[in-house]
Amino acid sequence: MSTETTALKKTKSIWAGGFSPFNVSYGKLMMWIFLLSDAFTFSSLLVAYGTIRFSHPSPPHGQVVIEGQTIKPLGHVPEKFVELLGETKNTEGITYFSKQHWPSPELVFNHFPGLHGLHLPLFFVSLMTFILIFSSVTMVLAVEAGHRMDQNSVRKYMFYTILGGLAFLSCQAWEWTQFITEGASLHGNPFGPTAFAALFFIVTGFHGFHVFSGVVLNFIIYLNTINGTYAKRGHYEMIEKVGLYWHFVDLVWVFVFTFFYLI
Amino acid sequence: MSHDHSHEAHGHAHVHHHEENFITKYVFSQDHKMIAKQFLITGIVMGVLGMLMSMVFRLQLGFPDMDMAFLKPFLGKWISVDDTTGFGKLDPNFYLALITIHGTIMVFFVLTAGLSGTFSNLLIPLQCGARDMASPFLNMLSYWFFFLSSLVMFCSLFVEDGPASPGWTVYPPLSALPKALPGSGTGMTLWLISMIFFIVSALLGGMNYITTVLNMRTKGMKMSRMPLTIWAFLLTAVLGLLSFPVLFGGSLLLVMDRSFGTSFYLSDIPVELTGGIERTGGSPVLFQHLFWFLGHPEVYIILMPALGITSEVIATNSRKPIFGYRAMIISLLGIAFLSFIVWAHHMFITGMNPFLGSVFMVTTLIIAVPSAVKTFNYLTTLWRGNIQFTPAMMFAIGLVSFFIAGGLTGIFLGNAALDINLHDTYFVVAHFHIVMGSAAIFGMFSGIYHWFPKLFRRHMNKAAGYVHFWLTFISAYGVFFPMHFIGLAGVPRRYYANTAYESFDVWMDVNQFITICALLGGLAQVIFLINFFYSIRKGRKSEQNPWKSNTLEWTAPVEHLHGNWPGEIPTVYRWPYDYSNPNYTEDFVPQNVPHEGQTDENQEFEHPHPTT
Repeated sequence: MSTETTALKKTKSIWAGGFSPFNVSYGKLMMWIFLLSDAFTFSSLLVAYGTIRFSHPSPPHGQVVIEGQTIKPLGHVPEKFVELLGETKNTEGITYFSKQHWPSPELVFNHFPGLHGLHLPLFFVSLMTFILIFSSVTMVLAVEAGHRMDQNSVRKYMFYTILGGLAFLSCQAWEWTQFITEGASLHGNPFGPTAFAALFFIVTGFHGFHVFSGVVLNFIIYLNTINGTYAKRGHYEMIEKVGLYWHFVDLVWVFVFTFFYLI
Repeated sequence: MSHDHSHEAHGHAHVHHHEENFITKYVFSQDHKMIAKQFLITGIVMGVLGMLMSMVFRLQLGFPDMDMAFLKPFLGKWISVDDTTGFGKLDPNFYLALITIHGTIMVFFVLTAGLSGTFSNLLIPLQCGARDMASPFLNMLSYWFFFLSSLVMFCSLFVEDGPASPGWTVYPPLSALPKALPGSGTGMTLWLISMIFFIVSALLGGMNYITTVLNMRTKGMKMSRMPLTIWAFLLTAVLGLLSFPVLFGGSLLLVMDRSFGTSFYLSDIPVELTGGIERTGGSPVLFQHLFWFLGHPEVYIILMPALGITSEVIATNSRKPIFGYRAMIISLLGIAFLSFIVWAHHMFITGMNPFLGSVFMVTTLIIAVPSAVKTFNYLTTLWRGNIQFTPAMMFAIGLVSFFIAGGLTGIFLGNAALDINLHDTYFVVAHFHIVMGSAAIFGMFSGIYHWFPKLFRRHMNKAAGYVHFWLTFISAYGVFFPMHFIGLAGVPRRYYANTAYESFDVWMDVNQFITICALLGGLAQVIFLINFFYSIRKGRKSEQNPWKSNTLEWTAPVEHLHGNWPGEIPTVYRWPYDYSNPNYTEDFVPQNVPHEGQTDENQEFEHPHPTT
């Protein structure tokens, strides 16, 4: 053990070992990693959507011009469509749906509970989106309250978040029911290619399942908050971890919304 | 009186040890070392199963006129015996099932879970300097999901219509229409269920591996001081975490097509196959895209841990620093990145746009660059080293040999024009069995021989190890090398028999040679199994650092402690490849030994070249 070469440099980096490079607990890091992985699951489904969507021609007239409330309630259209030419036209002869063309989402999803017969394109789904984003806001407030160790505020905002999640799920249930009543299923779609309905049910269903799991998690941490588990533990990190999941589900919805309703 | 006393003492001792009973210690263990053993043993059991299947279909291919009645007790109705002559034939549908399940078991259960599951679990905490995985509980769940998955796959062998048989890639429509083949029914459903459990297991394991490596390294264990094994396991986990979800998505849609009447992958299907529903509008090529987005990274999920193990074993047993440590890391990163953008080279002849084919051809051929960097670094590490030919080292060198031999044919196959001729022939079978099958299994054997003392505190028998190596090495080349020629002659893979075609029938003697080599290879594994299970109980006891190695796992005591080190976790002061450092009298300097005059663990010193 004679002469050692001299020290090159003295570096201290966050990657040096002995502590977390991102200064996060293992649980939070795992949640991030899980979300990254889950993002790939959704990506695969959305890629499948894209592939099938663009193997079909776009709606007949691109953006169909709707004149006020004059068009027929779309709930009655399908039977005619199936029986006649494979096309659906209104009284002026404008084609709405055909067996070959991918349907225009704003013509399929134009209902609103309690406002029967009105053409309200994407109004309801916009409300759903608003509800989900709003529940993300209350989640942020719950996390922030957790940082202040304010048990009552955490409890309050978690309650609102759960409420938002349940409201979203209820809206989705209504939207599905409406679509199914009009004749859509996994192997049939009165508005055009079958794949439109099948993809709609799979992808929004998979997202809805994520929302449902999120509501369950939210409910568990809500109970823990009430019981004072986190107050005893000295921190509300669990709220942050579940919060990450909840924001992710919200972000995914933005993509699902874009793909299914806007493209 | 004294008798009573001893009883009392006995009872007292029990009270002290009651926190670890049989169930928590051996079954639902949360200790990473025990979980590693569970993965290893399950992997070996599945491996034996997969190997036996290959023996059966090799007999069929080499000796198609053979009387298989002797297999009747094992395979039951899958051997049809002629009542008058007593002559037994293998059922053609069962042949398809055999190749499917052989592929599935070897790719997923042995070389993914058995290899990366075992060694990631064993080595990540020990080589990074952690007490255990980030979440021991999720780690335990990861094993049990894997076990459940193995169990479902095993049970699918006993289904009335036979296990899944559309090939391990389960392309629709064969896999999507339950009536397409006998094995497209319940067997296929069970295959999908099993894979979904497997993906959950891979996800839980991968999350743990990544988190542990990033978050729980001991003091001084910089990323640039991590053993190459850990780099390989880390990137393997990243690959798994980003590619398995895509298979999950793809399988979900396949389940929907199978059981709920959707048509994501189906188009223009004859009505008699669908039960009256119109199945149209989907694309079978979509499934291939989703499958190979997992499938290609999966090749590297299999290979990278083996490459990491080889780096470690070759450096230790050459008594030389690994050549080009940073180049090794960069090439691992390069392989990991590139593996995500080459998948469509499996699909050149699906009718894909030829321009897209040439893009994937270019990315595929670029992979040769980091692979060659690794190969040359292995060779230059061996060059003028003081080589210790332990069985582990033999297998590591074997890996390098297979990696070169199989890598070269990869350059042929990656070429979109040549692939028109070679696609789905035995040339492909030869290529991937050498480069990822044999190479990865040799990496796994290398790891088992090298870390057996760490796993079971004993050594495996060296002489039996050499016999095992030479028989396996010779028979693996004997099996797969001739397949290149058969493939170039156009013999297609997955055929039950090639005797009906004159141009394929002429290769019968080669097929017989292959089968004999396969049986020899199988025999060699019996030697391994006896050696393995015998040594667990009766092997020579190991000292703490039997290979005079530098990495941290050898600073932990031979006895398995919960928490790995009795006192404080050692601090790391240097890189892991300080072999034959001219400044030291010993030819190895463990990572926890400070440099002379080193004041804190972050200080960097030059790595002097060993005097050769």
